[in-house]
Amino acid sequence: MSDLRELYQEVILDHNRRPRNFGELEPPCSEADGHNPLCGDQIRVYVRIVDGKIEKVMFQGSGCAISKASASMMTDALTGKSVQDAAKLFEGFQAMVTSDMDATVGDEMGKLAVFAGVREFPARIKCASLAWHTLQAALKGAHEMVSTE
Amino acid sequence: MSVAQATRPPKAPAGLTHAELNALRADFPMMSAQTNGRPLVYLDSAVTAQKPQVMIDAATRFYEREYASVHRGVYSLSQHATDLFEQARAKVADALGAGKDETIFVRGTTEAINLVAQSYGRSVLKAGDEILLTQMEHHSNIVPWQLVAEQTGARVIAAPITDDGEIDLDSFERLLTGRTRIVAFTHVSNVLGTVNPVRQMTRMAHRRGAVVLVDGAQAIQHLNVDVKELECDFYAVSAHKHFGPAGIGALYARRSILDAMPPYHGGGAMIRSVDFGGSTYLDGPARFEAGTPHIAGAIGWAASIDYLETLDRQRIAAHEADLLGYARDRLSEVENLRVLGNPSERVGAVSFFMSNAHPHDVGTVLDQRGIAVRAGHHCCQPLMKRFGLPATVRASVALYNMRDEIDALIDGLHEVNEVFG
Ligand SMILES: Cc1ncc(COP(=O)(O)O)c(C=O)c1O
Repeated sequence: MSDLRELYQEVILDHNRRPRNFGELEPPCSEADGHNPLCGDQIRVYVRIVDGKIEKVMFQGSGCAISKASASMMTDALTGKSVQDAAKLFEGFQAMVTSDMDATVGDEMGKLAVFAGVREFPARIKCASLAWHTLQAALKGAHEMVSTE
Repeated sequence: MSVAQATRPPKAPAGLTHAELNALRADFPMMSAQTNGRPLVYLDSAVTAQKPQVMIDAATRFYEREYASVHRGVYSLSQHATDLFEQARAKVADALGAGKDETIFVRGTTEAINLVAQSYGRSVLKAGDEILLTQMEHHSNIVPWQLVAEQTGARVIAAPITDDGEIDLDSFERLLTGRTRIVAFTHVSNVLGTVNPVRQMTRMAHRRGAVVLVDGAQAIQHLNVDVKELECDFYAVSAHKHFGPAGIGALYARRSILDAMPPYHGGGAMIRSVDFGGSTYLDGPARFEAGTPHIAGAIGWAASIDYLETLDRQRIAAHEADLLGYARDRLSEVENLRVLGNPSERVGAVSFFMSNAHPHDVGTVLDQRGIAVRAGHHCCQPLMKRFGLPATVRASVALYNMRDEIDALIDGLHEVNEVFG
């Protein structure tokens, strides 16, 4: 069962139970909806940018532990970051969850490194990246629906 | 059941003995497959059934030694292929209690329903007409009706179901009006396992002059289907849920209705003559079978039907009922778990929800233990909405499953509780 503990690390379970920055962000902000049609995960991400910096990012929705924890930890990681740094982190996250099992994870991922376990569960990669894709859409100010398919 | 009966000691399982079940499992090669380093525990037959070796052999033999197209050549091989294909049609028709001349080969249930919507539906529906469905329908028995409703100005209406997961017959009857032209509902719910009172519903619809389509996708695996007894006008099935190949299925269409239906797809094999001035079409099922069909699929399906006929269907049904009852009982031991619906007649499937873990996470924990279940909305989003859930976990059983596999499921669910607290 070690694989399972690799995926469901304590931090992930904690964020699943008590998601941070969960709820609706009052305007001004931009938002986007994300949807994983395979399992029905739904998420809405709100983001407020002030002077090129992410001042606040929040989310709402329903989904599995992986998608909820990923969204919650994403909001923690991005608060206060510049939009450029956020884009870099997004790239790093994508690379991490889709890389080979034994590829090393860079320090810049910080706490997000717990999601490296997702690599061993191909069916769950989309759960982990849904929040990030949705955030990208919100940053673009796009109001259209994002889909993982 | 009377009280006296209920208090009698439980009878020995009327189903299969250990030895019989082991022998039956040996007929299905996937029953000895491994996944994630564990023996496969396949509790997902409602999605698709595993295949008996005799079905695989029949399709392989056809490709290796008998392959030719049908309804084409004058040479013997093609004639032989045509004979096998038409014998398969007769077998499928027989399995449905239908006539050979009212059994159309299609890709599956989904295509069968689309065929009825686009051929029959589109030619009879007018603005203001109503198509009555139920809240427990699969998307494939909803979307084709929405498409034809858009094309014709008809309206799609859904009859409600009860908290137990049964059709609310009073509402169903009330929603049948002079405007109702088509009524379409499932024989067995793929989420709840509910067996609908098909004949009663069909009679209600017929009294209003509506035509009835029954989605038999789930029923064909568990029940003895007889379309004449059900009195329906259309019945749709998929071979892959009937231990046959994927990519083929059948539509039963009552002969008197079938004869009046316009073609669905145009092409070869469905025409009498083609001229740029206009073409004429064949009668009967052939009119709806344009193009080269899934020949090996039909032959393989016939072999799985032959296989099923070697089994004692009554004892198989008792075995399945035992498994499902056992699953239902043992699920009630698991903390944080709620079973969806409590229909008085249930076959095949049971869906549940855990308050501490999303169905997707439950699915992953079980998968690590070699257990295959379905986690998601099961192509039944309106039903999920009815129960206020985003998704459920569904365990489904077929004739080859055993109590040990239910035990494995329960152990897995206890682990879910350990991980998610
Ligand atoms: C009740 C019901 N109807 C229709 C279908 C669609 O069948 P197919 O995908 O074989 O066309 C299914 C399959 O899951 C089903 O369970």
